[in-house]
Amino acid sequence: MGELRLMKGNEVIAEAAIRCGCDGYFGYPITPQSEVMETLMEREPWNETGMVVLQAESEIASINMLYGAAGSGKKVMTSSSSPGISLMAEGISYIAGSELPCVIVNVQRGGPGLGTIQPSQADYFQSVKGGGHGDYKMIVLAPASVQEMNDFVDLGFELAFKYRNPALILTDGAIGQMMEKVELSDYKPRMTDEEIDEKYGSWSTNGKKPNRERNIITSLEMQSDKMEAKNKRFQQKYAKMEVEEVRYEAIECDDADYIFVAFGSSARICQKSVELARAKGIKVGLLRPITLYPFPKKVIGEMAKHVKGFLSVEMSAGQMVEDVQLAVGCSCSDAKVEYFGRMGGIIPSPSEVVEALEQKLIGG
Amino acid sequence: MTEEMIIAGFGGQGVLSMGKILAYSGVMAEQEVSWFPSYGPEMRGGTANVTVIVSDKRISSPVVNEYDTAIILNQQSMDKFEKMVKPGGTLLYDPNGISRHPERSDINIYKIDGTIIAADLGNVKTFNMVVLGAYLKAKPIVSMDSIEKGLEKSLPERHHKLIPLNLQAVEAGYEKLEVVNEV
Amino acid sequence: MDVKDIIKPENLVYEKTKVLTKTTMHYCPGCSHGVAHRLIAEVIDNLDIQDKAIAVAPVGCSVFAYNYIDIDWQEAAHGRAPAVATGIARTNPDKVVMCYQGDGDLASIGTAEIMHACNRGEDIVVIFINNGIYGMTGGQMAPTTLVGQVTSTTPCGRDTALNGYPLKITELIAQLPGTSYVTRQAVHTPAAIRKTRKAITKAYENAMAKKGTAFVEIVSTCNMGWKMPPVEANAWMEENMFPFYPLGDMKNSEKGAVEECYKQN
Repeated sequence: MGELRLMKGNEVIAEAAIRCGCDGYFGYPITPQSEVMETLMEREPWNETGMVVLQAESEIASINMLYGAAGSGKKVMTSSSSPGISLMAEGISYIAGSELPCVIVNVQRGGPGLGTIQPSQADYFQSVKGGGHGDYKMIVLAPASVQEMNDFVDLGFELAFKYRNPALILTDGAIGQMMEKVELSDYKPRMTDEEIDEKYGSWSTNGKKPNRERNIITSLEMQSDKMEAKNKRFQQKYAKMEVEEVRYEAIECDDADYIFVAFGSSARICQKSVELARAKGIKVGLLRPITLYPFPKKVIGEMAKHVKGFLSVEMSAGQMVEDVQLAVGCSCSDAKVEYFGRMGGIIPSPSEVVEALEQKLIGG
Repeated sequence: MTEEMIIAGFGGQGVLSMGKILAYSGVMAEQEVSWFPSYGPEMRGGTANVTVIVSDKRISSPVVNEYDTAIILNQQSMDKFEKMVKPGGTLLYDPNGISRHPERSDINIYKIDGTIIAADLGNVKTFNMVVLGAYLKAKPIVSMDSIEKGLEKSLPERHHKLIPLNLQAVEAGYEKLEVVNEV
Repeated sequence: MDVKDIIKPENLVYEKTKVLTKTTMHYCPGCSHGVAHRLIAEVIDNLDIQDKAIAVAPVGCSVFAYNYIDIDWQEAAHGRAPAVATGIARTNPDKVVMCYQGDGDLASIGTAEIMHACNRGEDIVVIFINNGIYGMTGGQMAPTTLVGQVTSTTPCGRDTALNGYPLKITELIAQLPGTSYVTRQAVHTPAAIRKTRKAITKAYENAMAKKGTAFVEIVSTCNMGWKMPPVEANAWMEENMFPFYPLGDMKNSEKGAVEECYKQN
C-alpha cells in the first residue's frame, strides 16, 4: 500500500505528477486550481526527480511550452480552469494535430466569460466535442474523488502516450479544493534521454542523431489529399479509443428502474441521491462515465432496454444529456431521458436530485 | 458511524484548519473522511465554512442537505445553518458576537466561550482548538490521541513546537463546554 | 582545364552547406530568408551541433523553414515560437534551441511570448527577420512597417493617427536583463552577410554557454510585398529601413548584468 495522506485534489495532481515521472509542468495561476503550481513550487521537484516547473506568462504560453516539450518526447502537463482552457484551445488543437502526448487538467469554474470561481461542469462540450478548431478529440477523464485525481494523472499519461494524443482530466473546483484520504502512487523514474530516443526516436525533436532522419513536428499540410488522409488516420485512432478505452462505474444499476447519469462531483452527489431514493423505495442506480470521451454510449444503450428513464445530472445547462439522448436513441428504446442541473457555481443537493427524478421521470 | 458536520464562521477564525485537523484525526483513526470548503473571496475576511464528514463507510456526497452537527461561530452562519441541523442533531456555538441565540428545541445545543478561553490561554489563535475541544466533549468521534496525531500531520514541521499549546487549548475547551439544551 | 578538373574536390571554392537540405526553397527570388537559412545552417555545421540543435518555425513565409535546414524542427502556432522553444529548452537543457520568426509573428501577435522568453533569460537563439510587411498573407501592414509605407492594408501609406508607430522591438528587448546579446544585422551585401554569420555564431555560443537569450534581428527585403525588383528593394532598404532600424550590436553581456542602456543618467 502506498503512502496515505489527507490532501486537496489540486495538491494531489501536483504530487501525482512528480511521482509518475513527469518531466515538466507549465502553468499560469487561476482560481480554483492555483494550488497545483503552488504545491509543485513548494515541493521543488527539480531537486528530487529533475522535473521542470515553470510559471508562464499566460495560458497561451503554457500550452505552447507544453507543445514544445511534448514534441521532444517529454512527459509534460499543464493545469488551468475554464477561462484559461479557452485560451489554450489553439494550442490544444496544434497538439492534437501534431499527434503529441500530454496531460491537461481543467479544474472547471462557472462561466461563461469571467463567470464565477465556484465549481461547474459547463466545459463538457468544450472538452468532448473539440474546443479548438478542426476535427480532433481529446481523451477525457473525469475523476470523482481525490483518489482519482491521483490515479488519473498516471492513467492520463499512459493513454496520451499510447495514442500520441492529448489527454484531459476534466474536474472542477469542488474536487480540486476538497480534501480526502488518498493513497499516493509509488515513484516511477523519469525516462532518460536514451530511453526517449529508443521509444520515441521516430518522431521526437530532441536533436537529429546521425542514425536517423531529422524529425519535423507540424500540423501543417498544404496538399488537401494528404491533409484528408491525415484526418482519416486521426479518425481511425479515435475509433480505436472508442472500442478500447471506455471506462465507467455502475452503482446499483442491476435492478434499477431509473438511472442517474452523472460524472465527477455530480456523480458524488448522485451517490447520496441513490441512497435517499432507495430509502424511499425508488429503484434507482447511478451510471458514472469515467471517460467522457470516449463516452460509454454502448452501456447506456444496453441499459435503455431495461429501464424506464435516465436523469442526466450536471452542473451545467444540460450538455452531457445530449450524448445520453443519442445513446438511448440509437438503441431504439423508448426510455425517457431528462436533465437536471444547477449552474453558476451552485452544487445541486442530493435531495434536489431526488425531487427532480420524482417530478421529471416518475411523476411525469 | 457517520458524522456529517459543518463548521462556519469568519475567515481568520481558523474554521478551515479546525476542519482539517479533525479530518486528519479521522484518517489517523482509520476512518473515511472528506473536507469540503467554501472557497473564494469569502476566505479573505468574509464568512468561511467547511463541511467535514467522518465515517466508517465510503463517503458518497461531500455535500449534504442537513448536518448531524453544526459548529457556528458568527451570526450569519447561525442564520444560515441552525435550520439545517438534523432533528436530534447537535449545534455548538460561541456566544461572542451572537445577537440571536439558537431557538430550536429539537436539537442538542451547546455553548463554548472560545474567544474568552483562548484569550485566557494567552494566545487568541488557539480559539479554534478550544472550540474543537468543546466539540469532542459533546461528540467524542475521535480520541485525544488521534487529535494529537492529526495535529502532527496537518501542521508543518516548523509549527510542531506549538502542538502542546494547541492540545492545552483542546483540553480547556473540553472542560468548559456548557449545555444549553439536550434532547 | 576541362569541367571535370574544375569540379574536383581540391578545386572547390564553394559548396552547399552540409546542414542545408537539397529541397529547393519556395522563397521569392531576392528574398532574404534564403540567405538567413544558409547562414544558420553554416553556423550549425561549423559549431558541429547538428545533433544538438532544435529549431522552432513560425507562421509566415518561413513556416516551411523546416524543409531546408537539416535538424529537428517543430512548427509553432502564430507568435508562439518563443514559448514552444522555452518548453523544449527547459526540458532538454543539453540541447540548443533556436526560434526563427518574422516581424508579424514576433512583434505583433507574439509580443507577449518574445518579451517574456527574453525577460526570463531563456538560453535560446532568436532570429528575427524584419522586412516591415506581412509576406505570406499578401503584403499587409506589419508592426514594423515604416510611417508612410504603402502596404495592402495601408494603401495610402502608414498613417500614425490610424495605425500608430513602427515598433522598434529589438531596442525594447535589449533593455531586458534576460538577454545576453542583442544585435541588428542585414544580409544584402557580402560584408553584411559575413557580419551576420558572426552574429549568429555568437548567438549560438551564448545560448550554449547559458548566458541568456541571444537575439539577432536581420533587416530584410520583401521585394514581392514591397513590389520592387530585388536590387531596387536592397536600395530602398538601405535608404529607408536602415535610418530607422540602424545596424549594429545593442547589447553584448550576460543575463542579469546591468547594461549602459538602463543606467540612470
